Amino acid sequence: MSPPDPRRDGRLRAISALAGRLLAFRALREALLSRTPPPPPPEGSEDPSEREVPANRRAETGVAVLLVLAALCGFGFTAAYAADWHDTQVLGATLGVCLALIAVALVLAGKLVVPQETHVEERGLLLKEDEVEEVADILEEGGEGISRRALLTGAAGLAGAGLLTAAATPLASLGPNLDGIHSTAWRRGVRLVDDKGSPYRAQDIEAGTFYTALPEHADPDAFGSGLIVVRLDAKYLHLPAARRGWAPDGILAYSKICPHAGCAISLYRYPTYQATSVGPAFTCPCHYSTFLPGEGGRVVFGPAGRALPQLPLMVDGEGWLRAAGEFREDIGPSWWSVHRGQS
Amino acid sequence: MSATRPRRSRSGSYADRRFRLTLRRAEERAGASGGIKWFLRYVFPDHWSFLLGEIALYSFITLVATGIYLTVYYVPSDTQVIYHGPYVLLQGEQMSEAYSSVLHISFDVPAGLLIRQTHHWAANVFIAAIVLHVMRVFFTGAFRKPRDLNWMIGLTMLMLAVLEGFAGYSLVDDLLSGMGLAIAYAVVLSIPFIGAQLGYLIWGGPFPGSGEFFARLEIVHVLLIPAALAILITLHLAMIMRQHHSQFPGKGRRERNVVGTPTWPAYALRSLGLLFAVGAVLILAGGLIQINPIWQWGPYHTYLSENGAQPDWYIGWLIGALRLMPNWEGPVIGGHTLFPNPFWGGAFFPLIVFGFMYAWPAIERRITGDYRRHDLLDRPRDRPTRTAFGAAFMSWVVIIFAVGATDRIFFQLYISYEQQIHFWRVGVWVLPVIVFFLVRSICRSLQRSGGHPLRAWEGEVLVRSPDGGFESVADSPEGRGSALAEPPSGTAPGQESNL
Amino acid sequence: MRRRLARRWLQRRPRTPARVRVVVAILCGGLAVALLSAQGSQGAAQPSGGERVLANKQAVAPAPGEMTAPLPSSPALVAQGRRLYASSCASCHGIGLQGRRRIAPSLIGVGAGPVDFYLSTGRMPLPDPRVPPVRAPVKYSRTQIDALIAFVGSFGGPPAPDVDPSKGSLALGLHEFTLNCAGCHQMVARGGLTVSAVVPSLLQANGREVAEAVRMGPYVMPHFNSRQIDQHALDSLARYVLWTHHPDNAGGWGIYNLGPIPEGMVAWFLLALSLVLFARLIGERTT
Repeated sequence: MSPPDPRRDGRLRAISALAGRLLAFRALREALLSRTPPPPPPEGSEDPSEREVPANRRAETGVAVLLVLAALCGFGFTAAYAADWHDTQVLGATLGVCLALIAVALVLAGKLVVPQETHVEERGLLLKEDEVEEVADILEEGGEGISRRALLTGAAGLAGAGLLTAAATPLASLGPNLDGIHSTAWRRGVRLVDDKGSPYRAQDIEAGTFYTALPEHADPDAFGSGLIVVRLDAKYLHLPAARRGWAPDGILAYSKICPHAGCAISLYRYPTYQATSVGPAFTCPCHYSTFLPGEGGRVVFGPAGRALPQLPLMVDGEGWLRAAGEFREDIGPSWWSVHRGQS
Repeated sequence: MSATRPRRSRSGSYADRRFRLTLRRAEERAGASGGIKWFLRYVFPDHWSFLLGEIALYSFITLVATGIYLTVYYVPSDTQVIYHGPYVLLQGEQMSEAYSSVLHISFDVPAGLLIRQTHHWAANVFIAAIVLHVMRVFFTGAFRKPRDLNWMIGLTMLMLAVLEGFAGYSLVDDLLSGMGLAIAYAVVLSIPFIGAQLGYLIWGGPFPGSGEFFARLEIVHVLLIPAALAILITLHLAMIMRQHHSQFPGKGRRERNVVGTPTWPAYALRSLGLLFAVGAVLILAGGLIQINPIWQWGPYHTYLSENGAQPDWYIGWLIGALRLMPNWEGPVIGGHTLFPNPFWGGAFFPLIVFGFMYAWPAIERRITGDYRRHDLLDRPRDRPTRTAFGAAFMSWVVIIFAVGATDRIFFQLYISYEQQIHFWRVGVWVLPVIVFFLVRSICRSLQRSGGHPLRAWEGEVLVRSPDGGFESVADSPEGRGSALAEPPSGTAPGQESNL
Repeated sequence: MRRRLARRWLQRRPRTPARVRVVVAILCGGLAVALLSAQGSQGAAQPSGGERVLANKQAVAPAPGEMTAPLPSSPALVAQGRRLYASSCASCHGIGLQGRRRIAPSLIGVGAGPVDFYLSTGRMPLPDPRVPPVRAPVKYSRTQIDALIAFVGSFGGPPAPDVDPSKGSLALGLHEFTLNCAGCHQMVARGGLTVSAVVPSLLQANGREVAEAVRMGPYVMPHFNSRQIDQHALDSLARYVLWTHHPDNAGGWGIYNLGPIPEGMVAWFLLALSLVLFARLIGERTT
């Protein structure tokens, strides 16, 4: 047993005093905050039934006038329709006002013309214990005398399984094969054309703008068809080593479909003067995923989880721009077995 | 027992006698008087907030009526055609037959644009009314037993309504909705394991789908979901009528009774008036305010897109989530990408939101330990924690919605898009917490003061005495007596109706 | 007496709690900012009903003076231009138009188009080289701009692009605009957003500005030469952009032609709100 340490005692006392003060403060705050006046009983004991018969001639007149005006608007709609059934505004206005007048007339009638009643009804109990028991008894009585319950239940279960399998089979056979999910129309030698079908020459591709390219003789609306093509000067070009040959003369082609959620990438920022601005980049207008064409489609902002797939290009002997091979990865949004790019 | 024609009453006016005779003849065949009598005397509690569900119902009726007209003219085909109709800007443009048919409806069919726009406004208002109705049910505790089953039916209807609206405007195959379908495809694909198969099943192949996609979507939009909604609405209303509508506590109102207006004549007239009002508002909007001008967007092609493309407001919460997510994708195990990025914002987020809402009655029962039946409603202020929690949850969803929608506003204030995203990635968690504490404290102070939320008296009344000096009068003019320290306690199982 | 009446009036009036007032003020302020900024981004106001471009009706004709005539040039103009340049532009672009590193690009060889574009839209002179150039009140008169064009043009470069919107085809304009421009500028040229830049709305652009911007690609916009967008396509683009100033809102009020966001706001704050108010008229208001 060590001798009592006055400093330790002092500290303990200080701590307990502080704790005591905190507790007292909290108790006081609770007491102040929870002070409320005594409530009335929430369930009313008076009888609120009443019946009031209005004798409101003015309201009746009002309702009649409104209904007549509504009739006029209704006829007005027919007249407007006969005059010009394309004038959406007049048609909508006449019909809408007609309905609105009827609405007001009905509400006026409902509040000022007909008797106003307040009734009280008893709310039935939903749970009637004995009835539930009786239902259970009746159901069970239906099984009286059955000796081999388990056999019948098992057989019924088996039949059900058989029926379900039969029902599910057509559905399952509708079932998609995922053939073609990894392929697009782009193969080595396919020419790049614009949306009117004219092929692109390599020399027509200029820096500072972007082009939409589609595969010649293929479905332009297939997901894998759209390409975005740009030419970048050497200062912006930093492709990974394996892709150096993919960009003849600095012309790059990428899938136009964003690998995040499938929108077409149609924003291209190309700075007039890079020093006070940012480098060339593609952006998708849906969720603003941003990709750098000079760096193999790398994602620099936004929710896209994969880089933009790049298509290798080549220039043929006559100067036409052609694909130099297939995409090395899947285009479009990611899924369970998506082929992701290596570089 | 006589086989001759029924006796006619000799008293009353001619109209009255014919009326009663007609009723008799109907009764001889249908035997429905008992039910009709029950319905005519059925009591509806009268609060205005109980009409929000009716606004949704009447919007649905408008949707069905206008939808029938549209379905007569719509062609669900993606066969490419060249446009030669009256709209000059699209002359010679290649588009699907579906898009062309909607252009036809908008420009050629009599009153076609009016009906089309009314239909679209009705869809927007339908879902807005459902959301308001869900809010009312939540904040007044009307989802508690025995109405928790109806709460789930209602949530299912909300989900179906959202899907229905999305399917409806996607049928048009314009640029805006086509982009939305591509995103929906990406979200379906992002579901782990079965995503690609499910996507191929729905679209009949890879996006943009096979030739039958629009026919399929049309059947879903025109038959399957409306039929499901009609069945659920019937169930929903049947359960309400069986249980009787809940009511706020007040004069003469007890757990075991219902106080209100009988159907006939006042309530029926007012309700009918609301039907006509909904129709009027929607038709006025359909004629006077343009919605979805698809001729300005042009047809959809997979290689086209536009800036500022947005879904309709009830899908906006999802685009916000998709934009807000950091670019997490993976993990990649054995060549399989377990969670592609759109999964989080497009599938996981709505799963959490709806799952939480479905589970809330059970969660609240567990937390409060209250397993009683409740037919008297709470004022939101009488359950500060529930109200605060609901407000915080809503603010979370609304902030995510705002992230997807308010980029244009912020950039007017020179806050760049990247800054907005970085801010809200933190703010979307912090603000709901602040909302929780704020709303809870507002509820408590409203409980104390007993006043109207926007007109509550807070302060002291001072009176000057004749010999100078002020003294405070402790009463408030609004009356402090109306505060409820304890909300209504509900009916314990086995309690009879003699409360 | 008056004091007592005043005090009684003050005491009787129900006061909203401070918290609620603050929240309402923030919401109103936010809404006001949103509406004002939406207005601001439109520029010119929309006439209601618009023009319906149906059945071969002609669209909006180009405004007088838009068709490009050869720009004037004379030694006096060049001299005036030199003086203006030295006083306003040389500090960033250099006295010999060579540019300054990290501040401003060289203007040698840019030609007349960029000079006309930047100056007649007020984007230049730019107060701070790090700030994006946006449309602003024009600092110079037409003569002064012509003088500067003549001066900068004397250092070489292409002439200003020709454009005649009335020769263009609206259908081709829509087609080309969708393919090349809508990704940034939005389908009806209401402007938009991209990462690190704001894309302006084209509501105040005239045909000549459109042509100049297309050919030169100001700030971070790409530029499109005549092999990608030929003269007819350029005329059509200009005609389409002019058309977007008054698009055919056949359905009624166009709500700024921004798409589903203003539509959602109308659905909630106009339609749903009016129906809720109607419901309040029908039902009881006290609980």
